[in-house]
Amino acid sequence: MAGMTLTEKILAKHAQRKHVAPGENIWIDIDILMTHDVCGPGTIGVFHKHFGRHAKVWDREKVVIIPDHYIFTADAMANRNVDVLRSFVKEQDLPYFYDVGTDKYKGVCHIALPEEGHTRPGEVLLGTDSHTCTAGAFGEFATGIGNTDAGFVMGAGKLWTKTPSTLRFIFDGDMPPWLMAKDLILAVIGDIGCDGATYQAMEFDGPGVFALNIEERMTLCNMVIEAGGKNGVIAPDQVTLDFVNQRNKSKKAYEVVKSDSDAHFAMEKVYDLSKLRPVVAKPHSPDNKAFADELKGTKLDRAYIGSCTGGKMTDFRAAAGLLYGKTVVIDTFVVPATTEIARNLKTEKVNGLTLEEVFLKAGAKIGDASCAACLGGPSDTFGRLNSALRCISTTNRNFPGRMGHKDAEVFLASPLTVAASAISGTITDPREHLA
Amino acid sequence: MSLPEIIRGKVYVLGDNIDTDQIIPAQYLTFNPAIPEEYKQFGKYALIGVPQAQGGLPKGHVPFHDAGDEFVSPYKIIVGGRNFGCGSSREHAPIALNAAGIQAVIAEFYARIFFRNAVNGGYLVPFETPQRLIDRVCTGDMLRIEIAKSILVNESTGESFSLNPLGEVAPIIEAGGLFPFARKTGMLQSV
Repeated sequence: MAGMTLTEKILAKHAQRKHVAPGENIWIDIDILMTHDVCGPGTIGVFHKHFGRHAKVWDREKVVIIPDHYIFTADAMANRNVDVLRSFVKEQDLPYFYDVGTDKYKGVCHIALPEEGHTRPGEVLLGTDSHTCTAGAFGEFATGIGNTDAGFVMGAGKLWTKTPSTLRFIFDGDMPPWLMAKDLILAVIGDIGCDGATYQAMEFDGPGVFALNIEERMTLCNMVIEAGGKNGVIAPDQVTLDFVNQRNKSKKAYEVVKSDSDAHFAMEKVYDLSKLRPVVAKPHSPDNKAFADELKGTKLDRAYIGSCTGGKMTDFRAAAGLLYGKTVVIDTFVVPATTEIARNLKTEKVNGLTLEEVFLKAGAKIGDASCAACLGGPSDTFGRLNSALRCISTTNRNFPGRMGHKDAEVFLASPLTVAASAISGTITDPREHLA
Repeated sequence: MSLPEIIRGKVYVLGDNIDTDQIIPAQYLTFNPAIPEEYKQFGKYALIGVPQAQGGLPKGHVPFHDAGDEFVSPYKIIVGGRNFGCGSSREHAPIALNAAGIQAVIAEFYARIFFRNAVNGGYLVPFETPQRLIDRVCTGDMLRIEIAKSILVNESTGESFSLNPLGEVAPIIEAGGLFPFARKTGMLQSV
């Protein structure tokens, strides 16, 4: 019997089978179900409708609720939705609820999950958000689902899934200081297209991947959905285990799973990182690839650094390195993904200044931890594009209207490229500062 | 909805990569689809994020709703290109189309989560076609989908096209969604 990929092995184990092959439909047991304020109310509605008004979730320890999308808004309906989560948590006596307005509040779910120890190698994590695939960085199967699926899992603890075939992306060569994981994943999406991995798993491999820190690995896996991927995954190594063991407060046992040496990959693609240049995705699709140097001089109205994709400490460290002692010439918004990251911005220093001081001195505005303008949201959302502005952003999507106004133009880039562009007000290759 | 023998109605034609932000933009996700009065609101805002020039091809600039009904569209079928429903996992996307009265989408292929949500929630039937129909069908044409035969007939032009069989998801669609399917097949015993 042929070997299996990491993804196939996790799915087989969760279906209590020795072997699964791509294309097979199987029922799998779920380790963690995550939902948030946008999809939680609908999910809870599905759960109550089908399992009964007095039904209990299948396992209180396995349901994690993280309000993060529409938090700092006067929108009454958005606030009502957080109330729906609150009453459900109370009704079900759920231990893992990161409520707004309490010191447990976290911010963006995909970064909150690992920070709070809900991500472990070998597990299956489902979330009602397409960027749930971020957690593949911890060597687990993680993917986004809708309300009906999530409502089903809430009561049954299992779900049917089609076993995806796996595409393998191998990163060789040394990564130069002007590149970040964001450039790598934008290059991949540009090359295979925003439907290039539809229904498939994307495994990242090679020395270039294992040289990345855990946050950068999360950025890689985070955007597989922008290529249509079902999940992104990276085999665990010591870097992964060090992070997971430090955060795994429940000390829950886990299993490290890796692809077999004779596993079959539907496609393999090799990148030499020493030859890659900073990448930008032009409007209005994440696969509309260009290199930053090709867009030199393109005038901008706004810069945005935040989200699950580009709002982690590694992202802010990179941006602050460029912005130190400089001034931005366009409106620049900084939004930490989580409250833990927001606190770290106040303590971590570069040349004697905290990262927060670097951003404020440069003229950037700093918002509260949440998804904020990455997906537009209510009109009073911090950094939202309320008119036809041209924005360069560390976020993940640039379809029409994604960050607010339908006629706004969004360029996706790494935090280094966004910071360099904020300084000049035009799209700027960070090599102009770093080479 | 479960599976009828024929789906017939006027078609609204869209392009490639119609993402969930175009189907239902994020500011409307504050409605809770579990509340019937709010479910209806999704019909009103369905496809409001599509740039006007790309709404109702080939001409574009065709409104999805008539002046007479702000919630339910006069169109029953959507024809799209590649990668229909890409983007976020929001189930509000197939819900919005369902609330607007759409019974079927015909696309070259779908983004995975939209397809799952459409099938598992039982909102509409997502057909795939081996041909690129967005160049062959015009917004406003009267279409007839004969499900058992996997055939699409354009009654306005007399042309007919083959559709891919629904295949492995047919039993779920026929059952009316994930919950009835799971009960029928014994995967779900409770309630």
